[in-house]
Amino acid sequence: MSEKKELTCIGCPMGCQMEVTMENGVIRSISGATCKKGEIYAAKEVVDPRRIITSIIPVDGGIYAMAPVKTATDIPKDAIRRCMECLKTIRVGAPVSIGQVIVADLGGTGVALIATRDIPKR
Amino acid sequence: MIEKNLVIIGGGPAGLAAAVAAVDEGERDILILERDAVLGGILNQCIHNGFGLHTFKEELTGPEYSARYVRQVEERKIEAKLDTMVIDLSKERVVTAINETDGLIQIQAKAVILAMGCRERPRGALNIPGARPAGIFSAGTAQRFVNIEGYMPGREIVILGSGDIGLIMARRLTLEGAKVRMVCEIMPYSGGLKRNIVQCLDDYGIPLRLSHTVTKIHGKDRVEGVSVAAVDENRLPIPGTEEFVPCDTLLLSVGLIPENELSRKAGVAISQKTQGAVVDESLETSVPGIFAAGNVLHVHDLVDHVSTEAELAGKNAVRFIRGLDKGPAVVMVETGFGVRYTVPSTIHPAAATSITTIRFRTDNVYKDAYLTVLLDGERVQHLKKRILTPGEMEEVLIPAKWLLTRPGLQKITIRVDKE
Repeated sequence: MSEKKELTCIGCPMGCQMEVTMENGVIRSISGATCKKGEIYAAKEVVDPRRIITSIIPVDGGIYAMAPVKTATDIPKDAIRRCMECLKTIRVGAPVSIGQVIVADLGGTGVALIATRDIPKR
Repeated sequence: MIEKNLVIIGGGPAGLAAAVAAVDEGERDILILERDAVLGGILNQCIHNGFGLHTFKEELTGPEYSARYVRQVEERKIEAKLDTMVIDLSKERVVTAINETDGLIQIQAKAVILAMGCRERPRGALNIPGARPAGIFSAGTAQRFVNIEGYMPGREIVILGSGDIGLIMARRLTLEGAKVRMVCEIMPYSGGLKRNIVQCLDDYGIPLRLSHTVTKIHGKDRVEGVSVAAVDENRLPIPGTEEFVPCDTLLLSVGLIPENELSRKAGVAISQKTQGAVVDESLETSVPGIFAAGNVLHVHDLVDHVSTEAELAGKNAVRFIRGLDKGPAVVMVETGFGVRYTVPSTIHPAAATSITTIRFRTDNVYKDAYLTVLLDGERVQHLKKRILTPGEMEEVLIPAKWLLTRPGLQKITIRVDKE
């Protein structure tokens, strides 16, 4: 079965509009890219789009109400919603230190959630 | 009066990098003055990733990037006064500041580095008709509310301006459960990075309406909606294209302005184009011994560039304290076709380092154009560029030998050529 996917390259300000033709999950052709970098980006983006997610969680007893957090590595794009739902259930007590693992496996992705800032006790 | 060799005004990315570089150049007598309760500046609220690819060769969030510089400042035991507001700066380099523990203090500095950053253009600068209801925020204010205080500014949101902070906030607010109806951009192109348009808007199906603006804000106590209209090539709303978009919140991401009130008090010459100081190759302003770096000098897209620029200011402030003479010869940097401004705007050939970086922005989008450098009219560089856009800062590198092998050189011209 043949399928076409459209995407915009993020490699540079050109922002080439690219079209990837897939057949049974295999890339058949990439059109619209004006450089090799764009083709490499498109090939990865259509097969396995991933993003690092950054957000905040509430801190009890810290000098700030919220601690910034991120996923330790990128996670599949379609897991973002699920992970954001998980995040809403997480609280942490001060002190929080930068790099601290808050959750070892966020939303079944196998990826840890880590703090990105020191939040000392109030 | 306190005496200090180097006073740095502002403890954000520029101030921190300048301080670290000054110590590494051999200066020990340094004081950082920061108005917030912590160092790090605006990076503390920029919790998204994408910082540090140039400086650290890895992708960090804003707080992580600033923490690395704060650690370097602490390792070097650089003195910093927090919760301290600088209220005056004289051309004799007397810094007047206030805080709760010291009261009013005056510091005579041998050199000063301006690192105050920039602020957001407010609603008042746009003249959008309407009452003054709650629910209108600058994008950066909303960012602080959400990321540091943990408050949502609203539920249904329209963003005016497609600068990077606006794009980043579109994603943040969406992830936190708000509905971002659209981002309106008066220009036919976005000032934001392509990566942000794709990953902050396209990923979440948020429409970007180019050549559109907000013509009216509805609501008296709280925003109830905005009128959005298409604009013509002169950026004037086209009658009949107006559409009512219901929302409870309007975010403004309509440009940043260097914060130069103190610089003006010291008599520092300000560029009409950048709204920052006019500087030479050492990033020294028109007032001897006062240097500037980072967003107070010109607004940057990447903090990595702020750090390298501020390191240069730090090193050169130390050279000034030691009495380095730049020599009498001065070369002007001229903006030719397509170039809106350059930093620096003059170069002393005798003081120039092996490579002088000239940073600039173009005045429009140019595709398949050439970046040309002329020395007194002689073409020395003609580089093909697939795209030049005002949203991305460009640079040309001037080797010292170009300057030193041409005694009597008057001007360097940077321009965009179609062929």
